[in-house]
Amino acid sequence: MNTDHSVIFQERKDQIHRKGEEPFEISCNKESLAGAVSQRACVFCGSRVVLYPIADALHLVHGPIGCAAYTWDIRGALSSGPELHRLSFSTDLQEKDVIFGGEEKLTRALVELIDRHSPNAAFVYSTCIVGIIGDDLESVCKRVSGEKGIPVIPVQSEGFKGNKREGYHAACNAMFRLIGTGDTTGISPLSVNILGDFNLAGEIWIIQEYYRRMGIETVANVTGDGRVDDLRRAHGAALNVVQCSGATMDLAKMMQEAFGIPFQRVSYFGVEDMAESLYAVARFFGDRDPGIMARTQALVKEELSILYPQLQKYRKALSGKKAAIYVGGAFKAFSLVKAFRLLGMQVVLVGSQTGTEEDYQELHEITDDGTIIVDDSNPLELSSFLKEKDVDVFVGGVKERPIAYKLGVGFCDHNHERKEPLEGFIGMLNFAKEIHASVVSPVWRFVPRKTAGRRG
Amino acid sequence: MKKSPAPYVSTTNACKLCKPMGACLAFRGIEGTVPFLHGSQGCATYMRRYIISHYREPMDIASSSLGEKHAVYGGEANLKQGLQNVMAKYGAGLIGIATTCLTETIGDDVPMIVRAFRKEMGEAVRSEAIPSLVNVATPSYSGTHMEGFQAAVRAVADQLADLRERTEAVNLMPGFVSPADLRYLKEILQDFGLKGIILPDLSETLDGPAAQDYEKIPPGGTPIQQIRNMGGSRATVELGRTLSKSATAGKLVEERFGVPLHGVGMPIGLRETDGFFQILEEIRGVPTPEKHRAERGRLIDAYVDGHKYVSEKRAVVYGEEDLVVGLTAFLVEIGIQPVLCASGGRSGHFREAIEEVTRDILPLTPLVREGVDFYELAEEAETLSPELLVGHSKGYHLAKRWNIPLVRVGFPIHDRFGGQRILHLGYRGAQHLLDRIVNALIEKKQADSPVGYGYI
Repeated sequence: MNTDHSVIFQERKDQIHRKGEEPFEISCNKESLAGAVSQRACVFCGSRVVLYPIADALHLVHGPIGCAAYTWDIRGALSSGPELHRLSFSTDLQEKDVIFGGEEKLTRALVELIDRHSPNAAFVYSTCIVGIIGDDLESVCKRVSGEKGIPVIPVQSEGFKGNKREGYHAACNAMFRLIGTGDTTGISPLSVNILGDFNLAGEIWIIQEYYRRMGIETVANVTGDGRVDDLRRAHGAALNVVQCSGATMDLAKMMQEAFGIPFQRVSYFGVEDMAESLYAVARFFGDRDPGIMARTQALVKEELSILYPQLQKYRKALSGKKAAIYVGGAFKAFSLVKAFRLLGMQVVLVGSQTGTEEDYQELHEITDDGTIIVDDSNPLELSSFLKEKDVDVFVGGVKERPIAYKLGVGFCDHNHERKEPLEGFIGMLNFAKEIHASVVSPVWRFVPRKTAGRRG
Repeated sequence: MKKSPAPYVSTTNACKLCKPMGACLAFRGIEGTVPFLHGSQGCATYMRRYIISHYREPMDIASSSLGEKHAVYGGEANLKQGLQNVMAKYGAGLIGIATTCLTETIGDDVPMIVRAFRKEMGEAVRSEAIPSLVNVATPSYSGTHMEGFQAAVRAVADQLADLRERTEAVNLMPGFVSPADLRYLKEILQDFGLKGIILPDLSETLDGPAAQDYEKIPPGGTPIQQIRNMGGSRATVELGRTLSKSATAGKLVEERFGVPLHGVGMPIGLRETDGFFQILEEIRGVPTPEKHRAERGRLIDAYVDGHKYVSEKRAVVYGEEDLVVGLTAFLVEIGIQPVLCASGGRSGHFREAIEEVTRDILPLTPLVREGVDFYELAEEAETLSPELLVGHSKGYHLAKRWNIPLVRVGFPIHDRFGGQRILHLGYRGAQHLLDRIVNALIEKKQADSPVGYGYI
């Protein structure tokens, strides 16, 4: 079946590439087209998802109620201790605050909440309206910080100031203010900060355990199961391992510049990338600990010896099936392409909300001919591509789910609503199970897409 | 009666959503309509995600996707471009434009922009080739999603309703109720032999069948042609006791076209449903059809059968004001004690409405709190030893903390399946609610007991 080209906006044509049809070129990193129903969120969203897993900090959203309400415990980032991050705090700005300014309300709200919860730090998120009425967050935060004796940090995340990417940057700027303020005594020379994992479904604990088995200490989680004091001493780590590069790469770069800490890009999704990530870290520490590579190899071997036999049945059932991917950051898509390949599946569509040219270049390199590569897509395009490619399973987030289901296509939530870890070797198994559970379900035989023409 | 404690400055875990959200939901219930938010991209995306998690249905909301320069120079160009793009790709019959806090604060004059847009479209307008455009001001800093919902319904009536011919139809403004409720309301009207114009009607648009294609705009919703003749209907029925005290669509249609308005409570439980049926009897001049009288009889029978399980149980009820009023009316008639009736809304008529529906059964009005968040609600409720919560999903953390059942009603239901199919209204809805409440209490008793009761 052909794509209904009428759904594609003229202005968006160069944000869609079909591999093999023409030399690779894609336009990206643009403002979303008005009226196109982009799947993207805003700057505030970017900051909020990155910072919110810091569990012992107060996260106060300065704005009208919506921004806080829609992000209340939104991603299911788990904490092994305090759970202050799971509460939704807002200044709930009212009309009079908009007219007369919200600084006083913000000050009082901060004081009230800090007294009530004794957090180790507070983040104050700016929203669209705050950017317009011109509240001076910096000075309010400074004053309250002085009064309460904890870091109170403004996050410049006015929604309209770009897309999620700018929000990531604002979050990194905010975190960077904490780093370097703590005592680093006693940190092992074999130590890392884990950047870019948000501990959805407890994934960061799996990764920490791998590093522990390799003999590496984790200093700070950035930010899954994160703690303020860990961030303060994060500059004592020997290496930053950075996943989800869009979200925390800026912080890694800032830390490299300020503290000389090198970084290593990693991904914990899929077998190939997971193993290579551990090896890359082992190589980094090879000089300091000659035994580390052997330990890492043993770890990978052990995990694979458990994983592979279990994967076989899924691989057998899924081999030849077609998959589509649409995620927030393109980096995750790289690993997913490889993970699907491991299952014998073919990725026919891959896209992201905020990929860069380099990201799409890499996607182009690792995908097969005919694959559709798309930037900042929308429901009409995605549904049209799913039909054209006769996809068996779609990987995305909550907003992509009904697109798949309405068309009678399987689905895997790789974002907010996953409850089983998808990272690590065990994550690959969970991923295979979940893809399998959706693809082999008998329900698809009843959906109109499959029954059309068979009965009236 | 206990006076409200000194209000907190900050809001924690809001018990309300923002105004544009309500407008988008209302617009979704009109045939061929695309909801459109004039603001930054994030608002649309957050609301889509929030709505999709409840209904598990596509929810495309277009956005003018304003960026930084638009925040400075105004969003007119983007709004117009967005409208044009929605027209081009969605084939909308109506675009429902709601503002956001951003565009209200920068002072975009949306009615003026829409007028200019129409003028520019020139010929197309006259040939009705362009959709109707309805706009509503929904600054998030004043009022909740319910005010947004009602403002949108009123804006639709204001900008579309006319008197083309006198008909025997009845306008029914149901408020924000579930697709299951709406289907049942239609059935009731049909059984009375009444032609209803239900505004808005989410019954198909947010609970549609599996489809072969991704419907750009889901079928269903109030037909625009019917809205255009609402002024010709024989009567209007509007549900909601607090609503009836504000400027509603029903009042507008009454004032402008002389259509008599009947404001009744949300028909939840026996007495409020009796009131609703009585109005229908008056309008149609026939007694309630036997089918519904039989349902009423079975409901009373069930009240008797179930009363021992529920009698004198202490319940906290929360959510939208009119929903809570209806639920409270129902709970008191089955012998449950609503120890706290709470809402994030602040219409100013909540307490009065609760008094109206409880005074012939209870000697004292239950504790009523308006404009609360879940922090205040919990603080208040903790002193009242509740045994049952009745409300939406966002109170689950309290149910867990207090180890008491939560009977989920209203919106949002994010932690259970089938929220869109929960029936609240009428004799049948009361039956469902009763069954669920009795069973929740039985389940709790069974789970807490070491006996393992086989009969209960």
